[in-house]
Amino acid sequence: MAASRSDEPVLEVRGLVKHFPLTKGILFKKQVGAVRAVDGIDMKLYKGETLGVVGESGCGKSTTARLLMRLEKPTDGQILFHGEDIAQLSGKALKAVRRNIQIVLQDPYSSLNPRMTVGDIVGEPFQIHKEVAPKGSRRKKVQELLEVVGLSPEHINRYPHQFSGGQRQRIGIARGLALRPEIIVCDEPVSALDVSVQAQVINLFEKLQDELGLSYVFIAHDLSVVRHICDRVAVMYLGKVVETGDEEQIYERPTHPYTQALLSAVPVPDPTLRGKRDQIMLEGDVPSPANPPSGCRFRTRCWKVQDICSVDEPELIVHEGLDHPSACHFAQIREVIETHDVS
Amino acid sequence: MPSEDAALAALTLGVSAEKGAIGKPRSLWSDAWHDLRRNPTFVISALLILFLIVVAVFPSLFTGTNPKFCELGQSNKGGAPGHPFGFDRQGCDIYSRVIYGARASVTVGILVTGGVVIIGGFIGAIAAFYGGATDSVLSRFVDVFFAIPLLLGAIVFLQAFPFRNIWTVVAAIMVLGWPSVARIMRGSVISVKESDFVTAARALGASDMRILVRHILPNAIAPVIVVATISLGLFIVLEATLSFLGIGLPSSTVSWGGDINDAQASLRSAPHVLLYPSVALSITVLAFMLLGDAVRDALDPKLR
Amino acid sequence: MSHTNPSPGIPVDDVRQDGDPNAAVLEVEDLHVEFRTRDGVAKAVNGISFDLKPGETLAILGESGSGKSVTAQAIMGILDTPPGYVTQGSVRFRGTDLLTLPEKDRRRYRGEKISMIFQDALSSLNPVYSVGFQIGEMFRVHRGASRADGKKKAIELMDRVHIPAARQRVTDFPHQFSGGMRQRIMIAIALSLDPEIIIADEPTTALDVTVQAQVMQLLADLQAESKMGLILITHDLGVVADVADKISVMYAGRLIEQAPIIPLYGNPAHPYTERLLAAIPRVDLKGQELYTIKGIPPNLTDIPAGCAFHPRCPYTQPICSEQVPPLVDVSDGRRSACHFWKEVLDGSLQIR
Repeated sequence: MAASRSDEPVLEVRGLVKHFPLTKGILFKKQVGAVRAVDGIDMKLYKGETLGVVGESGCGKSTTARLLMRLEKPTDGQILFHGEDIAQLSGKALKAVRRNIQIVLQDPYSSLNPRMTVGDIVGEPFQIHKEVAPKGSRRKKVQELLEVVGLSPEHINRYPHQFSGGQRQRIGIARGLALRPEIIVCDEPVSALDVSVQAQVINLFEKLQDELGLSYVFIAHDLSVVRHICDRVAVMYLGKVVETGDEEQIYERPTHPYTQALLSAVPVPDPTLRGKRDQIMLEGDVPSPANPPSGCRFRTRCWKVQDICSVDEPELIVHEGLDHPSACHFAQIREVIETHDVS
Repeated sequence: MPSEDAALAALTLGVSAEKGAIGKPRSLWSDAWHDLRRNPTFVISALLILFLIVVAVFPSLFTGTNPKFCELGQSNKGGAPGHPFGFDRQGCDIYSRVIYGARASVTVGILVTGGVVIIGGFIGAIAAFYGGATDSVLSRFVDVFFAIPLLLGAIVFLQAFPFRNIWTVVAAIMVLGWPSVARIMRGSVISVKESDFVTAARALGASDMRILVRHILPNAIAPVIVVATISLGLFIVLEATLSFLGIGLPSSTVSWGGDINDAQASLRSAPHVLLYPSVALSITVLAFMLLGDAVRDALDPKLR
Repeated sequence: MSHTNPSPGIPVDDVRQDGDPNAAVLEVEDLHVEFRTRDGVAKAVNGISFDLKPGETLAILGESGSGKSVTAQAIMGILDTPPGYVTQGSVRFRGTDLLTLPEKDRRRYRGEKISMIFQDALSSLNPVYSVGFQIGEMFRVHRGASRADGKKKAIELMDRVHIPAARQRVTDFPHQFSGGMRQRIMIAIALSLDPEIIIADEPTTALDVTVQAQVMQLLADLQAESKMGLILITHDLGVVADVADKISVMYAGRLIEQAPIIPLYGNPAHPYTERLLAAIPRVDLKGQELYTIKGIPPNLTDIPAGCAFHPRCPYTQPICSEQVPPLVDVSDGRRSACHFWKEVLDGSLQIR
């Protein structure tokens, strides 16, 4: 988990926007609005570190993952990989970038083609990017990859349905590693796994990061997992980043009301804490991303709301006396959970 | 968190606990084949179809009589030694004509089905894969052809040709039979297109062609196979109907439909002339329908 | 979720039992359920026993394939038969064994005395009927109420589960509500006939964590109001810690540990529980090391001999693969199915 930080981020996102148009009509479609899934976010990822992107449904974190992978084209903004903007790339140039940024998906039961053998699945990157490995060496590379993720290379001819969920996820990781990318975007990679298997895969991610110097963008909704694996965290709400900082700052000194509410709701497997925790109950539902509230998007559910909140959208800045950026006019530290250091 | 049902299903469909005990490679196709082999419907219909194909390809193995050798003196006579089914109105040996007639039906069936799957499958897949305007235009195109009634359309189509041969018949049925396959393929591709493994392939930088051929088609083809198998039987009936109506295969070609047509005249006096070609046709169609049923059950995604 | 009751308007034995207020409402004893599939017989539940007192919250904890959902389905009588069969055991509701009742009598307990909430509210609710109609259905079917009465009751219930603007929203359809709201609607349906027990099968797994907190709080409040028993089926040790009074831990269809909540977390008496607790990341710990459990849960058609957990257990000894460990009393209200429960408790086990 430790990161040796150099000055320049490996990946930087500036003002990233993705709006999905809402259209009406059968043959000739007219745009009547847009789902503002990601509405201007900034992020930085440094080499060898893990950046967590957390938030609940509708916050835009999955869309962010797809944008980083260029599976969607941004409506606006920049995605800088080692300083070069990949946001509007296409064709061969985009394909070349793919060698450096790869993805691991959430659902182990649907992320592998059921009609391909494991060997074909993990070997496909070499067929697409022929320059990475000459034909003769591919089988060996696939076997090595299977070993690296803790699977037996003898199973190279088996089909995905012959493996368990945790093993399938490992196959997906092996596929993501094949091209030796610098960055792996992990979209909820352990959410669909059993508890006892989650730990195995989390540990695998950490081991791979140590051994291969990978940088991760770790998208998740489970704040406990994120605390464990991430060095820095960005909290998203309704298409915006509301707070960002390193693990200690976010978990021990959260300043944005939403972050605080989120932390207070995370279940802790300790019955002796019952009734002793700082519980913040949010009212109401998350507004629709097609029609976000004016000013601060969180104001409809926030207990600190004042008039200024509906008029002035708060910027993500470091407020006076605080040590990390927060997008709230009334940002204030509230130690929602009591941290124990067990390292 | 996988649902308990899915996990239970996975655990009882042969996934083993230990790393070493995963078992021999078993693709989904081999699983389906494994199921098919145990299904009596499949076994019976498959054997029947195999038999039919052998009859179609090697008719001389089953009869020495020339189906076109007709003696008016034998007209409408019943079964006799060496001529188990008797004679038709022209005095031709019915048994021999039934044997040789298989070729026409089987050939038309297979050619039409092949053509329909290729054309319909291609159009449906392209429409679904590219979506947007391409899909709109192609789908309307499919709708237009879909709306034309198969039999009527075939009749009209065939009127355009002054001559009659097997190719016009094949073309007629093919031209109007492809829309249903196109629709099935389109629906299937649309659902497979959204799968995570397709997303993963895109993320790797796979080209459209690779994604379509390697990822989408193998997973989308199952419903098309089912429809094709069942349709085969229907196409054979269609050919017989056209021949019955006198606009299908020429009378110089031995066909069940043609014989059924000719049998009308002697329906009252010599019903056996109608009986045998009709039964042959029915059994053939039934065999394909049953095969289609068995294949559909084996490829049912819910059980996979 | 609809039932047909042959004699509407006649509630089943409505009198809450006087006598011992601490008498168990539900007693499950030695329940066995198997699934007969092409690939063999899967023993989904292998002899589970527990009881539930009024107002108590029991958590049945387990991962996929542990048999926890199947247990709930067997209690409710909604097991898919075939391929599932209850082969042994009893489920007594206030003394009456539900498993021996004919279906039409059994149906009168379902919804009236014991209700169930499922994980995915969107697929559990009928998309073509309004929520008011679906909630009201309980009254129309079981109590012979009219449509107007049903609607009135539906509004009352929607208020009770804190759905804002209930009067206006009673005619809305399920897809018009958010996930958390839909779950509340399911709770409203489950509550409608004032059941004595609610079984909640992974009620919050599909929900965001802030919504999860709201829904669990709602269940706790409702339970406190009406002294309802709650059986919570889940894999989430965090959610359980917040609400449960006692826990039954299941593995491969067997009950392997049962204890009141605080001793279970503080001092588990089974290696599986101990390892599971050590494998979950906690939001309030810094620098935590996750201890993994090697391997995966067993194939239910081929449960390992002896202790089902032994292939994955770090403390396994020869006896573990030979003899099935019996469920023994560890102390008051605590039971464990491990040959070495004493050593697990006092922490003296050596990892092999």
